[in-house]
Amino acid sequence: MTGRRSLAARAPFLAAVPMLLILAVPLLALAGASSPGDIAAGARHPLFGPALWLSARTTLVSLAVMVLAGTPLSWWMASRRGRRSRIVESLVDLPIVVPPAVMGIALLETFGRNGLFGPALSSLGLQIPFTTTAVIAAQVVVSAPFYIQASATAFRRVDEDLLIVARTLGHSPAGAFFRVAVPLALPGMVAGAALAWARALGEFGATLLFAGNLPGTTQTMPLAIYTALESDARVAVALSLVLVGASALLLFPLRTLPALIGRRFGTGNGAGAPPGRGLPEG
Amino acid sequence: MRWSVYTRASAGAFSLDVRVEGKAAPVVIIGPNGSGKTTLLRVIAGAYRPRYGRIRLGERVLFDSEAGVSVAPEDRRVGYVPQGYGLFPHLTVLDNVAFGLAGGARRKPGPERRRIAAELLTDVECEHLAPRYPATLSGGEKQRVALARALLPVPELLLLDEPLAALDVAARRGLRAYLARHLARRTRPAIVVTHDPSDVHALGSPVVYALEEGRVVQSGPPGDLATDPATAFVAEFFGAVTTETRPDT
Repeated sequence: MTGRRSLAARAPFLAAVPMLLILAVPLLALAGASSPGDIAAGARHPLFGPALWLSARTTLVSLAVMVLAGTPLSWWMASRRGRRSRIVESLVDLPIVVPPAVMGIALLETFGRNGLFGPALSSLGLQIPFTTTAVIAAQVVVSAPFYIQASATAFRRVDEDLLIVARTLGHSPAGAFFRVAVPLALPGMVAGAALAWARALGEFGATLLFAGNLPGTTQTMPLAIYTALESDARVAVALSLVLVGASALLLFPLRTLPALIGRRFGTGNGAGAPPGRGLPEG
Repeated sequence: MRWSVYTRASAGAFSLDVRVEGKAAPVVIIGPNGSGKTTLLRVIAGAYRPRYGRIRLGERVLFDSEAGVSVAPEDRRVGYVPQGYGLFPHLTVLDNVAFGLAGGARRKPGPERRRIAAELLTDVECEHLAPRYPATLSGGEKQRVALARALLPVPELLLLDEPLAALDVAARRGLRAYLARHLARRTRPAIVVTHDPSDVHALGSPVVYALEEGRVVQSGPPGDLATDPATAFVAEFFGAVTTETRPDT
């Protein structure tokens, strides 16, 4: 009896194990597939350096674009509650559900030679497809929704009364935004930015179609892995491990920062009271 | 100083059509949940813009839909203490109180605004709380700090939304007397939303407005409302045993 009861007690964990294995085993296999010597050899491979440098540069620029342009959008989404903002929210979600390859085609249709802005751009002597700019555009389009949704959610959690109080205490809308809304939403914004950065770092489909696979110009880490796999699998594994390391580094602030900030204020999370938008009661 | 508020607004199924006025003595607003009390305070604070209405504070017009006047919340000189006190969780008590001097037209340098805030904290007997974060305060402490913060910029009208609702009975009694003294001493006009008949008596407010479904169903001296209630809610409010009020959440 006791044995069966303990089995029943363990059932939730046992039921959880298959998914855990599905997620963890491939990464463990990747780690086991490569010796330190292989990794060192991979790091010396001519594909490695330029791809790492390009990935670092482009994802940092993408991150800056996402935060600078995405924060105002997420604030707008969080402070409106109407049909218009619901439509906008769905539009922002769209790149999450649309396959990245499709986003690549969509970008070509926008900036390509025969695309929407193609003639205008070429008359100015500008070309975007198959340039580093295209890499950034692909990363931004595919990753920004993750940041925007996370920061809109964080802004929505800021108690509306706190913003009203800030205004009655003499602060302008911008003052209330920067001194109250942003500090309180910061954990969520940071988590969203880390997630979006990780997504940009892994961007493959849209980049391949819109920016191509040109070493030094558009060949980011994921594309270099793809190229390396055709010639030398060991290099692909080494590149992959570096990406895993970078992603793990991103995951760290994603998991710890919100809790750290929350602890500083002595609250469970960084935000104030539950959401208080729309016409209130009372 | 006289103040008056007339506002008509609607959002979805909810509408607010209210006319209230007062002088230096605190005015009390009562009403069931969802009757529009908090919305009214937010309209006065400038957070919501009603479709029609006029808000006067002394000689100043804060809002006039016909004249196209709408003074921004930061220029209204209206103090607002929301339900739940609305303390900024990311700032210490001292910085919460000093917040009214941290930006905008009344901005003062850090040391000076902290000195002024510390004086005010002493005034509300909370100087020992200065370095703490709001999450670590009791309800009564939060209320005093929130009051000090609202008073710092010297508002011409104070809006208090359920100032004592979240407190236990003992703390409520102490703070009620304190609040009454404070409002009387500064002879500052105030609108106090409450669920508790004891507040009406303690604050010595000459006028009570009863709000239901966004409308004033009865107004006048508390004695009149108690002896001749216009609705079941008003009757229940003044008929209830004073200690048996429930906090509004």
